[in-house]
Amino acid sequence: MRAEPILPGSASGPILRLDGPLSFWGGVDPATGALTDPQAQHRGTRIGGSILMVPETRGSSSSSAVMLELLSAGLAPVAIVLGRLDAILGLGILVAREMGWPTIPLLVLPAADQAGFSDGERVAIAEDGTIGRI
Amino acid sequence: MPLELSRLDEAMLAGRDGPAAAMALRIVADTARMLGADRLIDIASAHIDGCLYHGNSGTLFAERLRADGGRVRVPTTLNVGALDLVHPGRERLSADQAQMARRLMAAYAGLGCRESWTCAPYQAGHRPALGQDVAWGESNAVVFCNSVLGARTNRYGDFLDICAAITGRAPRAGLHLSQNRRAEILIDASGLKPTLVAEDAFYPVLGAWLGATVGDRIAAIDGLPRGLAEDRLKALGAAAASTGAVGLFHVVGTTPEAPDRATAFGDVPPHETIRLTPAMLEAARRRLSTGTLPADGRIDAVAIGSPHLSEAEVDALLAGLAGRRVAIPFYACTGRHVLERIEGDGRRAALDAAGVTVIADTCIVVTPILTSSSGLLVTNSGKFAHYTPSTTGWDVLYGSLADCIESAVTGRLALDEAIWR
Repeated sequence: MRAEPILPGSASGPILRLDGPLSFWGGVDPATGALTDPQAQHRGTRIGGSILMVPETRGSSSSSAVMLELLSAGLAPVAIVLGRLDAILGLGILVAREMGWPTIPLLVLPAADQAGFSDGERVAIAEDGTIGRI
Repeated sequence: MPLELSRLDEAMLAGRDGPAAAMALRIVADTARMLGADRLIDIASAHIDGCLYHGNSGTLFAERLRADGGRVRVPTTLNVGALDLVHPGRERLSADQAQMARRLMAAYAGLGCRESWTCAPYQAGHRPALGQDVAWGESNAVVFCNSVLGARTNRYGDFLDICAAITGRAPRAGLHLSQNRRAEILIDASGLKPTLVAEDAFYPVLGAWLGATVGDRIAAIDGLPRGLAEDRLKALGAAAASTGAVGLFHVVGTTPEAPDRATAFGDVPPHETIRLTPAMLEAARRRLSTGTLPADGRIDAVAIGSPHLSEAEVDALLAGLAGRRVAIPFYACTGRHVLERIEGDGRRAALDAAGVTVIADTCIVVTPILTSSSGLLVTNSGKFAHYTPSTTGWDVLYGSLADCIESAVTGRLALDEAIWR
């Protein structure tokens, strides 16, 4: 499977796959990286170290700030795969780069294709956007 | 399509205006590339969401811009911060967090932004003209700017907002382009009862339903009374931008780009039509409440003012209180632009005498103000209802302003269900 690399890079780790939309602000605790949306799956799970796969993001324009805080504190996923591009999340990654903090790849893979991966499955992402099971 | 930069853009990138402007333009240009924009455009104003403390990284970024000589080059207002600078001590932040939040707010002020500290800048004198390109952050301000004022902004995330203000440039993409502002989905509200549509409390519920239903697609709502009041549009938009990534909606006969249905859709038939039913709204209203009422009906607090209360909304609160005192904490969140107007003429004193806790510069879901880690909150704000559980740990019950006031006066939930029937 090949996703579209928006901010290319390589990464590997377990997939944390959400079926519903996620807002980083109000949905992820910037101090811990834990999912806090009471209506979301995996409430309480920390997204750090995972390949976060989300069909859709929504809501606040503060999500870039939460993204930056997670990156600066080492609590971010190792890659994010979105069903549709959300430039607000990408922005948090761009600012981390400017500040000299670690960055992560951002990819787009339509929700229908995301369904081909299961939660917890380990995958590797390559620079060209290829996602392969490992 | 590669991004084409102007000669002035290239000069700024090369450092003509200093390192802060160069960094800001790199961020604007890279965002433009992410969005597939062909070039950058000039913007006339900005509204900054990045001044709210989420952790030290945001403070360090703003201080870097300031240290590197950053200065906004367009009129720029500031959204809420994490501190009520008018009423010190309202927030329950650690000394370290308060210090970093204060440094963040000072850094943005030092970049030349107006210290408006409100999520309703459009009611604090910041009203760009129809068709003007601007760069605004804060989801409710964005949706109001696009929908009600007809100015053009994308949903600028934290950091891009200040980078656009410093450079005066933004990606030519999304809602800046006329062809992307047309409605795609028709919402037919003509089947709803006129008595329901006449209630203020209807609009946050409509907004919550809209956001959850349309996501980031552009809807035109038809069948509502023409010339809807601004505070109703504000409440509708704020709720819609909480439950979905709504950046623009049209209300036929009210909002400036929708004088009639055909104009709203650019003379193209709607892709989809949804006939709004009472059952859909009832489901949306139920989703705005998470709490179960204890048998004795006791609630712990009431909060209103997301977006920040307008002067008219303060007047409605005072009229509803009618001189009575609240029995439980009642938080009324607003901005300095309203405080300035109500302070001299007795209205502020009346709020204080009624026991209302007035919050300025911030609000209860963006910084810890509620006095315990759990409880049951009543609100008339769709945005508070949506975000309170995840940001405060409290449960929430949605009601009208009258429900909020009557519940606060007795300390027990007083919901008038009749308006929804």
